[in-house]
Amino acid sequence: MTGITVKDITQRFNRRTVLKDVNFTAEQGKVFGITGKNGSGKSTLVKIISGIISPTKGSIAFTRNGEDIPSEKRHEHIGLVGPYLTLYEEFSALENLRFFHSIRGLKYDEQQSNELLARLDLPTDRSDPIAAYSSGMMQRMRFAFALLHDPAFLFLDEPTSNLDTDGKNKVHGIVRELSAERCIIIATNDYEDFVLCDDYYSVDGSVPALLEQPAN
Amino acid sequence: MALAVKPASALFQKDVRSELRTRYTLNALLMFVVISISVVLFSVAGETLQPEITIGMLWIVMFFSAMSGMSRTFVAEEEKGTTMTLQLLASPSSIYAGKLLFNLLLIVCLNAVIVVLFLLTMEKFAISQPGLFWLVILLGGFGIASATTIIAAIIAKARTKGTLFPVLSFPILLPLIMAGISATKTAVMGTTWEAAIPDLQLLVSYIVVVITTSFLLFDYVWKD
Repeated sequence: MTGITVKDITQRFNRRTVLKDVNFTAEQGKVFGITGKNGSGKSTLVKIISGIISPTKGSIAFTRNGEDIPSEKRHEHIGLVGPYLTLYEEFSALENLRFFHSIRGLKYDEQQSNELLARLDLPTDRSDPIAAYSSGMMQRMRFAFALLHDPAFLFLDEPTSNLDTDGKNKVHGIVRELSAERCIIIATNDYEDFVLCDDYYSVDGSVPALLEQPAN
Repeated sequence: MALAVKPASALFQKDVRSELRTRYTLNALLMFVVISISVVLFSVAGETLQPEITIGMLWIVMFFSAMSGMSRTFVAEEEKGTTMTLQLLASPSSIYAGKLLFNLLLIVCLNAVIVVLFLLTMEKFAISQPGLFWLVILLGGFGIASATTIIAAIIAKARTKGTLFPVLSFPILLPLIMAGISATKTAVMGTTWEAAIPDLQLLVSYIVVVITTSFLLFDYVWKD
């Protein structure tokens, strides 16, 4: 089995409790959704699962093909897309990918990197810094960052924000394509993202309004 | 505490490339060095200083030059918002090792520039033991880099970074500065290396203790 088990996660910032006793399991082959109102703690939960924030209480177990992944090795198996992720804007797209390859100890293959950029509809012939990219292109670059090392766990926080219709369709296609062999978690309030999910957890305990299809 | 050499080396190379492209830290450090040595020269006004005073000024310039730019290594990641990206890319110890390597390179180059400018501009600043002198400057630089790297990681998340960095650094660097000044005096005015051995032992011990402690602490500093 490949999946994650979130057990009794509680997160407090000073005296404010953002998350309380969160429990769920997400498995390979199914897309798991995290939903909740704005400010309810969806991104905090994604950051905790990704290992960026240590929770106040609780634990998260990562399993790949039946074997536990120790916490110090998890970053090698995780791909994260989130609006709070910033790439190195002084470098070009390929320079960013080259750095991500080398820091992960992977062999850099320019052709493979160009294929990844092309798959995300990003230009392969630009050598200027990505600081000049639009917000939609930057979001696609975040996907390149997340998919580069072929992770077993893909965490997508607001994955289609800043994307146009083509971009959204592209992302939804990638999620469908990858979900069979990966454990994917999507934190979203977007109906089109939410319908991709096989199961969900509501951070604020409410039944998501997203379950009701929009009128149009 | 899994240290991988490749990620550390990759981060070091990225920082060098980024610095050569933006020149933010390099320019700030060089400007500080030039301005502080100019002020020293104006205040001396052609008089010949006692070697003890020149050595004191040399270490003052080395300390405050480091304070003006060494925190950038982590502060820049925090300001650009790339800290989370780094957290997802490599283990904390690899990040610390990469940043330490970059700071080592920076401080060694910086101290070399400061010493050369001092030798060129200070009248009668002759060194009787050049080998010992450069060894002390090298060890002093390593000590400053090792301490300031972990302090930079600590203060990067604080709101008052600029003030906090020298305030936290001074007490931590004080033993190193005292041993460094003492060993530099021996190198400038002494006749043999032997008198500097206790100071050299202190400098090496300081570096080993600070780097070991930093590797152990960095996991806790790095994560929110």
